[in-house]
Amino acid sequence: MTAATAHPAVSHLAATALRRHVRRSGRRRRLAAVGLTLPLVAYLLVFFVLPILGMLRLSVANDELATTLPETTALLRAWSGEGMPPEDVLAVLAREMRAAHAARTLARLAKRLNVESAGFRTLVLATGRNLPETPAGSWTETFLALDPEWGKPAIWGALRRAAAPWTDLYLLAALDLERGEQGEIRRVAPERAIYLGILGRTLWISFLVTAACLVLAYPLAYLLAGLPERYANPLLILVLLPFWTSLLVRSAAWIVLLQREGPINQILQGLRLVDQPLQLVFNRAGVLIAMTHVLLPFMVLPLYSVMRNIHPSYVRAAISLGASPWLAFRRIFLPLSVPGIAAGCLLVFILAIGYYITPALLGGADDQMISWFVAFFTLQTVNWGMAAALGTLLFAVTLALYALFARVVGVDRLRLG
Amino acid sequence: MPRADDAFVRFEGVTKSYDGVHLVVDHLDLEIARGEFLTLLGPSGSGKTTCLMMLAGFEQPTAGEIRLEGRPLSRVPPHRRDIGVVFQSYALFPHMTVAENLAFPLEVRRLGRAEIEERVRRALAMVRLSGFEHRRPAQLSGGQQQRVALARALVFEPKLVLMDEPLGALDKQLRESMQYEIAQLHEQLGLTVVYVTHDQSEALTMSDRVAVFEAGRIQQLATPRELYEEPKNAFVARFIGENNRFRGIVEGIEGGVCRVRVGEAEVRALAVNVAGIGKPTTLSLRPERVVTGEAAHHLPNRFAGRLLETVYHGDHLRLRLALLGSDAFIVKLPNRPGMADTLARGTELVVGWRVEDCRALDA
Repeated sequence: MTAATAHPAVSHLAATALRRHVRRSGRRRRLAAVGLTLPLVAYLLVFFVLPILGMLRLSVANDELATTLPETTALLRAWSGEGMPPEDVLAVLAREMRAAHAARTLARLAKRLNVESAGFRTLVLATGRNLPETPAGSWTETFLALDPEWGKPAIWGALRRAAAPWTDLYLLAALDLERGEQGEIRRVAPERAIYLGILGRTLWISFLVTAACLVLAYPLAYLLAGLPERYANPLLILVLLPFWTSLLVRSAAWIVLLQREGPINQILQGLRLVDQPLQLVFNRAGVLIAMTHVLLPFMVLPLYSVMRNIHPSYVRAAISLGASPWLAFRRIFLPLSVPGIAAGCLLVFILAIGYYITPALLGGADDQMISWFVAFFTLQTVNWGMAAALGTLLFAVTLALYALFARVVGVDRLRLG
Repeated sequence: MPRADDAFVRFEGVTKSYDGVHLVVDHLDLEIARGEFLTLLGPSGSGKTTCLMMLAGFEQPTAGEIRLEGRPLSRVPPHRRDIGVVFQSYALFPHMTVAENLAFPLEVRRLGRAEIEERVRRALAMVRLSGFEHRRPAQLSGGQQQRVALARALVFEPKLVLMDEPLGALDKQLRESMQYEIAQLHEQLGLTVVYVTHDQSEALTMSDRVAVFEAGRIQQLATPRELYEEPKNAFVARFIGENNRFRGIVEGIEGGVCRVRVGEAEVRALAVNVAGIGKPTTLSLRPERVVTGEAAHHLPNRFAGRLLETVYHGDHLRLRLALLGSDAFIVKLPNRPGMADTLARGTELVVGWRVEDCRALDA
């Protein structure tokens, strides 16, 4: 533009032509780049981005009432919410409940409503079974006659929430919160509050595993990084050896090793380090030992990769400048290895908070992590909303960790191997 | 027990082997005087960097001892040696600013903050980088990084400064100006410098003395002038500067001058390093000591050659001749007006040289 202002007549034309040429020659290259990455982008979209979006949607989805009682849903959304709904709404509700009962779709709705308020299930199912075709008096009287519960505002509040297009029910439940009768957010009763505890446990186990991996992997990676490649490479393959067997097999093998009569207890007793066999499995110790083992390579690899790229002359320079070997390590090598530490910890921690099989096999009831509950809600109670909400929670924690990492270390310094 | 006449640095029979079979450094004896600029010059793998690393303390001699001011260094860990090192890769700490890099050796020595600041300021001014305190090494050009590395190696006023091919990564022009700067700092600060390079022109222009390394041994230790003009053996002659070489047999030696048969011809040369009559020798002759035409007529060594090629270098011309059985005989002539036109390819040319300029060395 500066050239164009200096010689407006000629340069402006020339500049336009030049820009056009640059654009044209760039377009081909861009097209090629897009073409080459297209399969991967499509793959990620279909098998990664869409499932995550689906999970996020499921965690706030609220379509049971809308699919089972569509007209009632529309009417409830329009209703003011004071007292009981007017007669015409109740008439539609009765008609649709009867129809749903006949079509056997009422159970699904009953289950959904039971999450809002305990006892709702019985109320809905019994009412659906017993509703007459025509009201005995008004519909209001008929409902109240079937069950006086129908007169409570809490029931109608719950129904109205179930009629909304979205619900924060599951997300709140995942945080041990719920909506009160006036729709305010409150803590659930202490005996029902379990998820924060489980989240805390998940984070704590992940933290311990990450710390153990770091303590074990740092000296190993340091040693490997200092070796000539012809020794370091075979040793690295040994580090990767566990990947050659499945996670399930490795976790099961730990049960054999760690059980009361297993080799580890035998060795400890043989060395007279313990009198009684230690309880190492089906408790927290088993989970920590096995998860540390399984995740250790994910710590070694980024550490090794970063340390390998720390030129030995840095430490030598520090020593030549008068720093003792320990000081040179602390002031020079350690800070330069921080990207590897951060990447390894991030990787191990994120993998650990999603762990399922290892704690399920090696842990007791109090050692199960969030993923176990995701599986529980998906496979056993078929509560997709709750499963998705816990998944979303896990996702949020992961994103938060990543943001923290980006803040502290910087994404561009991330090295994974 | 330190002796009064002790050299500043002394290598005594220093030997280094990594595998127990090959000697990287072979019974090295070397003395370095205080304030000297000594260059270790040699091809890669000749042991020169290993010597430097042993002096710095990053390698241990397999046998022998290195003394600094008479004190044996083998028991002194590298961080207590007080030797500044400039590394080939500069090794500036990338996570620290320029000022932090320079302050590092001073902090390690527990100097007061005010003194550290003052010394850092002076060191930066010395290498003309004032105002760059808060830059990171990655934000500096190669030459600037080099100067920071230099300042860092000098800021704690070490007894001795080692430089391991410090200019290797710079382009030619920058290298030459840095050579000048380093030589000036050496002069001004009275530093003792041991400098490693494989670049002979660097060695010749900067050093008080140059040690030419080959296969773990010093082939010649001399001033640059001696090294160039009076190489002791064929390796040094070949390694330092350009030279024409002939293989021949010694036919006679009289008063330091020998007659050498090269093919059909006889060449008279200085008997510098010959084994005896009847033994093979290598004759070495600098291309710029060869004269042509009229000037060659009265010289004892005078031969006719055929001009194969003329390369124009601006200030001089390089002629390649077929002579004495070699077709790579090089003559360097200062460029005079009109000269380039007279030297057509295929011309018969008479060339000659003095006895003193042709050295008979080991075979």
